[in-house]
Amino acid sequence: MLKTPRRLAKKVEGLSDRAVAWLFIAPTMALLLAINIFPLFWAIGLSFTNYRANRPNEAIANVGLRNYERILTDPDIWIAMQTTANFVFWTIALQTVIGFGLAFLIDRKFRGHAFWTTIILVPMMLSPAVVGNFWRFLYQPQIGLFNYIVSFFTGIPPSSFEMLGSVQLAPWAIIIVDTWMWTPYVMLICLAGLRSIPDYIYEAAEVDRASPWRQFWSITLPMALPFIMLAVLFRGIENFKMFDMVNLLTGGGPGSTTEVASITLKREAFEKWRTGYSSAFAIILFVAVFGLANIYVKALNRVKQR
Amino acid sequence: MHVGLKTAAATASFMMLAAAMPAGAQADELTLCWAAWDPANALVELSKDFTAQTGTTMSFEFVPWPNFADRILNELNSGGKLCDLLIGDSQWLGGSAENGYYVKLNDFFDKEGISMDDFAPATVYAYSTWPKGTPNYWALPAMGDANAWVYRKDWFENPEVAAEFKAKAGRDLTPPKTWDELQEVAAFFQGREIDGKTVYGAAIFTERGSEGITMGITSALYPYGFKYEMTPGKYDMEGAVNSPEAVAALEKYKAVYKCCTPPGYSDSYMDQGLDAFKSGQVAMMMNWFAFWPGMYKDENVGGDKIGFFVNPGQNVEGSTLGGQGISVVANTDNMEGALNYIKWFAQADVQKKWYSLGGSSCHVAVLNDPSYPTSSPFAADFLAAMNNVKDFWQEPSYASLLQAMQKRMHDYVVADQGTAKEALDLLIEDWTEVFEDDGKL
Repeated sequence: MLKTPRRLAKKVEGLSDRAVAWLFIAPTMALLLAINIFPLFWAIGLSFTNYRANRPNEAIANVGLRNYERILTDPDIWIAMQTTANFVFWTIALQTVIGFGLAFLIDRKFRGHAFWTTIILVPMMLSPAVVGNFWRFLYQPQIGLFNYIVSFFTGIPPSSFEMLGSVQLAPWAIIIVDTWMWTPYVMLICLAGLRSIPDYIYEAAEVDRASPWRQFWSITLPMALPFIMLAVLFRGIENFKMFDMVNLLTGGGPGSTTEVASITLKREAFEKWRTGYSSAFAIILFVAVFGLANIYVKALNRVKQR
Repeated sequence: MHVGLKTAAATASFMMLAAAMPAGAQADELTLCWAAWDPANALVELSKDFTAQTGTTMSFEFVPWPNFADRILNELNSGGKLCDLLIGDSQWLGGSAENGYYVKLNDFFDKEGISMDDFAPATVYAYSTWPKGTPNYWALPAMGDANAWVYRKDWFENPEVAAEFKAKAGRDLTPPKTWDELQEVAAFFQGREIDGKTVYGAAIFTERGSEGITMGITSALYPYGFKYEMTPGKYDMEGAVNSPEAVAALEKYKAVYKCCTPPGYSDSYMDQGLDAFKSGQVAMMMNWFAFWPGMYKDENVGGDKIGFFVNPGQNVEGSTLGGQGISVVANTDNMEGALNYIKWFAQADVQKKWYSLGGSSCHVAVLNDPSYPTSSPFAADFLAAMNNVKDFWQEPSYASLLQAMQKRMHDYVVADQGTAKEALDLLIEDWTEVFEDDGKL
């Protein structure tokens, strides 16, 4: 067994437990301050200026709340926020329902359930870049498998509709891919919830002659609810800042149909180079996610305490 | 210390120091940044002569077109040292000159006897000068280019197809001379069976992310007589950007997109167009002259099977400018080597070889050569196009101006939002906001 070097042991000897604890967490704190907290405050500072990263020689002027005012009164920003909300709502709704359903089935422990669990988890293990690229091919109207499958079941010619180029279908194209990829994640969390319910509760319910339907509504769902809510929280935060999948599949198009807030933010920050303006937008998004997540966590705690 | 140990320590220290030094610091090495496309391969070949003559090793950083602006502008904005030389888009000139990213070349040109009169005036204006038209040079014209068209000559000359078109349109099936004719020809081919395959009318630019749809739509706007300002330099866009001619051009582009493009063509630029044409899907393709040497050599659809035509006119003749100048990046650690490359590249003999390898020289020794118009099936069209080219804003805020146009045009053409007039009115609002932020309005 390794012994603490005598010189180090001597130095540590005089320190209190609290000081040693600080010593251990100091590197992590320093790293967090450097890569999270400092940039956050820097961005807050920039959000009150007209700074543009592509104009290093230009004087930076303080514009007060003008960036915030412009963002909050810009109809295009509100459309992007609506698109984001729409996307978050539908992906979470579908992923929760399908994910819980799959977890419920897998929890039955039928023959080969471990194999099927692994198969279901495969999409989640892929890189979003890979998923985005191959779904682009699947959605291709002339050679894409997706259009052929739809055509096979409906009789609609495969080239007669395009998932990524249609204003009506493009948002659904992204929702389908996100649901395909992340439902397994929701399923895993729900499965953990279902497996945490002690068997004796069900045994007691059966003694009381409760029907399976009654058991589901009175035992399974309430006891798995904190886990479901946790999955919704994680997916909600992730999808609120969804960028990669949308960027790869539609780039925000057609037009601005699928331009979620993160795509708008990227365009403002790294294509138009309006650094001050985009900093303000990033702060608004941060406050929105942080605020909503806090309200949600409080609700989650209340559910857990019941 | 033992002499051997001392030597070993000194060697190790030197090696560590050498490894720690940035690559750009080596005087005999140059990195040239450009887009990844056919002409870039020709430049690699050409630059071997420079290496042979000077001993300078050339490295290349070629970025695919959709990421080219993002990647390179990020590099310039962050003060990176990746590129010693940059063949950057013409629209970057304003920003790069005003932000000090490019070296002003006037003194160097005077010292080395490099005359801008040796290059085609349109290319000097577009690729070298900022402010526009003034004798302030920030680049040497390197790659002349404009938007043009290629068509399936074998389909056009097919007797049955030609006869059917004549019966339908009352004229011969020839490359279109106007946008009206272009739509008519494209509609004729749309959905037609040729050699047992369903083919489509035209591949045009509809890409949303970088510059695609803007480059495509300006190819319709300019021939209709589109202007950016009522008075040059005054930024008075009302009545110019949303003129009746501009509205008509935009409606025409949308009509061509709706009637005559292959299925799933809602986000397509150069590569998607090349794919569609090379796979025999479309009768005509809009793309840059830079691709024509490669297209002409293509085993499947090249040679006699294809023909080329200059961008169709309408009220006037007009083509969208492509192409780039070569600049020295101010942040380079090898200024002398970079300037030497420019000096070497400006020579008439090098320019002739550049053209022979597949580059598009802007040098008068190449363009004014009597044999030039017949040197390739598209050389005469190139000369015609370069006489009528127009470029997008080259302002320092070009990126914001471009993104606004990408959004408004894609919203109207692909996403069916609003009318052409509304799209152009909104574009004026966006551009006005940009110029107000810049203090120009």
